[in-house]
Amino acid sequence: MNASIPLLLPFFSALVILLGHRQLKGAAVLISVGSSIISFIACLALLAAADDKTNNQLLLPFIDVGHFHANIDVLIDKQSRGMMFIVSFIGMLVHIFSLGYMKDDEARPRFFGSLSLFMFSMTGIVLAGNLLMMFIFWELVGLSSYLLIGHWYQKASAAEACKKAFLTNRIGDFGFMIGILLLFGANNGNVNLFDLETAFKHGGPLALGSPGYNASFTTAAALCIFLGAVGKSAQFPLHVWLPDAMEGPTPVSALIHAATMVAAGVYMLVRVSFLIEASPLAAEIIAGIGCGTALLAALMATQQNDIKRVLAYSTLSQLGYMVMAVGAVAMAAKNGHDGAHAAEPGHPAMFHLYTHAFFKAMLFLGSGAVIYACHHEQDIWKMGGLRKHMPVTFWTFSIGTAALMGVPFLSGFWSKEAVLGVAFDSGCKVLFLMGAATAALTAFYMTRLLIVAFFGKPRTESAHHATEAPMVMILPLAILAIFSVISGYDVLATPLQAMKPPHVEGHQTVLVASLLALIVGVGSAIFLYRGKDKDPISIKLFANKFYFDEIYAVIVRVCQDRLAWIVTALERVFVDGLIARLPTAIVARIGAATRMLQGGHMQGYTFLLGGGVIGVVYLVVYVLPRLGH
Amino acid sequence: MITLGHYLVVSGMLFALGLAGVIARRNIIIVYMCLEMMLSAANLALVGFSRFHLVNGLPDYTAQSLVFFTITVAAAEVAVGLAIIVALFRSKQSVDVESVTKLQG
Repeated sequence: MNASIPLLLPFFSALVILLGHRQLKGAAVLISVGSSIISFIACLALLAAADDKTNNQLLLPFIDVGHFHANIDVLIDKQSRGMMFIVSFIGMLVHIFSLGYMKDDEARPRFFGSLSLFMFSMTGIVLAGNLLMMFIFWELVGLSSYLLIGHWYQKASAAEACKKAFLTNRIGDFGFMIGILLLFGANNGNVNLFDLETAFKHGGPLALGSPGYNASFTTAAALCIFLGAVGKSAQFPLHVWLPDAMEGPTPVSALIHAATMVAAGVYMLVRVSFLIEASPLAAEIIAGIGCGTALLAALMATQQNDIKRVLAYSTLSQLGYMVMAVGAVAMAAKNGHDGAHAAEPGHPAMFHLYTHAFFKAMLFLGSGAVIYACHHEQDIWKMGGLRKHMPVTFWTFSIGTAALMGVPFLSGFWSKEAVLGVAFDSGCKVLFLMGAATAALTAFYMTRLLIVAFFGKPRTESAHHATEAPMVMILPLAILAIFSVISGYDVLATPLQAMKPPHVEGHQTVLVASLLALIVGVGSAIFLYRGKDKDPISIKLFANKFYFDEIYAVIVRVCQDRLAWIVTALERVFVDGLIARLPTAIVARIGAATRMLQGGHMQGYTFLLGGGVIGVVYLVVYVLPRLGH
Repeated sequence: MITLGHYLVVSGMLFALGLAGVIARRNIIIVYMCLEMMLSAANLALVGFSRFHLVNGLPDYTAQSLVFFTITVAAAEVAVGLAIIVALFRSKQSVDVESVTKLQG
C-alpha cells in the first residue's frame, strides 16, 4: 500500500481550497471531508497490509547538493501505522463533526482548508523517515495550528492566542532544530531515523559504552530535541499556550490541541527513544518535567470554570503523563526492567497517547456539543442540568470522563496503569507518587466538571433551553465513545502493534494506588460539589494558573524589553547612523560643494577652462621637464 | 628680422585678449567677437608655424591652405552663432550673459 495517499490527498485538498475558497464555497467542505474519509480508508489499507518489516520509501529527493541530501521519505513501521490510524480516524470524525458545528460560520471554506493543511502536515510528521522532514512538517503543523486558533481572528483574544501559541512553539522549535543539527554533525550528516537508531542502539558507533560515546553531547542533543516536544506538547515551562489555544473552534481543540498535534511531541520522543536511552540524565530530566507538568496542570484544572479550559489543563496533565512515561521507560531500561517496553508490546507512552486521543477528542467534541447547545456559553457555572436536555451528549461525556479518570475496564484505566507501572519501575518513587496524586486530582476535577455542568438545576436561560445536538455531531461522539471503551483491549490494540498494551504484571501497588486515587478523587468531588451553585472552594493560586502568564510578562518586561531597548539603541547608532546616515551625509556635502561650481554662468565655465589650460601648459612646459631630468 | 617668436607673441596676446573679453564682458555679442578673435589668434599661430617650417627650402603651404578652411568654417559658425544669439534675445529680451543661467546645476 502506498503511503503517499494519506499524505498527498489532504495536501491537494488544502491547496485547492485555500487557493480557490471564494469560488468553491460549499464544495470546499465536501473536498475536505472527502479527502479525510479517503485518507482514513487508505490508512486502514496500510494497516491491513501490515507486515512486521520496517519499510522506508523515498517519495521525493528534496534537496540534493554535493554530499548533503534531504529527502522526503516515509518510514512505515508499527509506530507510524498505529499513529496514522489515530490521526486519520479522529481527523475524519472531527471533519464530520465540524459539518454541524461550523454550519453557520461564514468562513467555513477557510476553516476546512486549514483543517486539510493540518491533516497533511500531521501525516507528514507521523510518516517522516528523517528528522529534517519531520522538522519541516513540525513547522507546518505549527502554522496550521496558528491559522485554526486564529480562525475567529476578529476576536482580539483569539488573535492574541494564536500569536502566543506560535511564538511559544518557536522557542521549542529552535531547540528541536539545534538538536537535529547536533545529530546531523554527529552522524556524518545523516539524520535518517533508521540509521540514527542503528548508530545509537547497542553496538553502534555512538551507543552508550562504545568509544564514540560522549555523555554530555548525547545529553545535550537529547535535551534539545526534547525542547521541541516541550513546545509542541505544551510541557512546563512552555505550557502556557495550550489553554489559550482553546480560543479556536472546538473541533480544532479536539483534533489539534487534544488528540493529535500536541501528541506529536510525545510521538517524536518515542521515535528518538534510542537517543533518550543513551543518556540517563536526559531521561531523568524528561521524566521529571513530564511528571511536574502533569501535577501542576492537574492542580490548575481544579479551579477552572471554562469547560474547555478544564479539558485543556487535563490535556496538559495527560501529556505530562506521556512524557513522563517516555523518560521513565528509558530510566527503567537502565535499571534492567526491560519487560515493560521490550520489542513486542507497545510503548506505554504510545499506548496512553492512543487511548487518550479517543476519549479526549470525545470530551472536546462533547464540550463542543454543549457549547453549541448553550449558544456559545462556556462557563460551567452557567450550565447545569444538561443531563436531561442532552442525554446522548451526557452519556458519551460521562464515558469519556470515566475513561480519563481511569475507571476500571475503560481504556484510560489500562493505559494509566501502564504509565504508572513504568513510573514504578523507573526506580524513582517520587515519579510514581506524583503520578498517583495526579490521577486523584484528575478524578476530582473531572467529577467536578461533570457534576456542575450536567447535574443539578439549569442556572441560566440558555442552559434551560439547551437541546440535543444534530446527528452529524452526535455520530462522531458515539463512535468515539465506543472507542473510548474498547481501545484498551487487545481486540483493537493488537492490530495497531505499537499501541499494544504493555503487560503490567505483579504490580499490586500500582493497581491499588490507581484505584485509591480514583475513589479519593471522585468521592471528594461529589462531597464538595453536589448541589452547589457556586464554587465552594477558591484557591487563587490554582485559578490563576500559578501566575505563569504574569511571571512571563514580567520576564519579558524586565529582560526582553531591556534587551530590545539596547539593541534598538545600537541599531540607531550603528546601522542607522554609521552605515546609513553618515555616507549619505558625506555624499550630500560633496554634492553641495560641487554644485557651487555649476553656477550656470558661461563665463565662469570659460574662466575655469582657461585656468585649466594655463595649468596644463604650465605643467607640460615647466614642471614635467624638471621632473624628467 | 621677424622671427617665429614675434608671431607667437602676437598670437598669444590676441588669444589672451580674446579670453579676457570672453570672461569679463557681459554683452553676448562682444563675447562672441572676442571668441572670433581667439580663433584668429590660433590661425595666426598656424600661419606663423607654416612660414618657418621649411620643406625643400620653401614654406609649408599645407598649413596655410588649412587656415583658409578654418576661416571658411568660422564664417559658417558665425552664422550659426549669431542665429543662436538672435533666438536668445527673442526669449530673454536681453543680450546680457548673466541672464542666461539655464545650465545651473
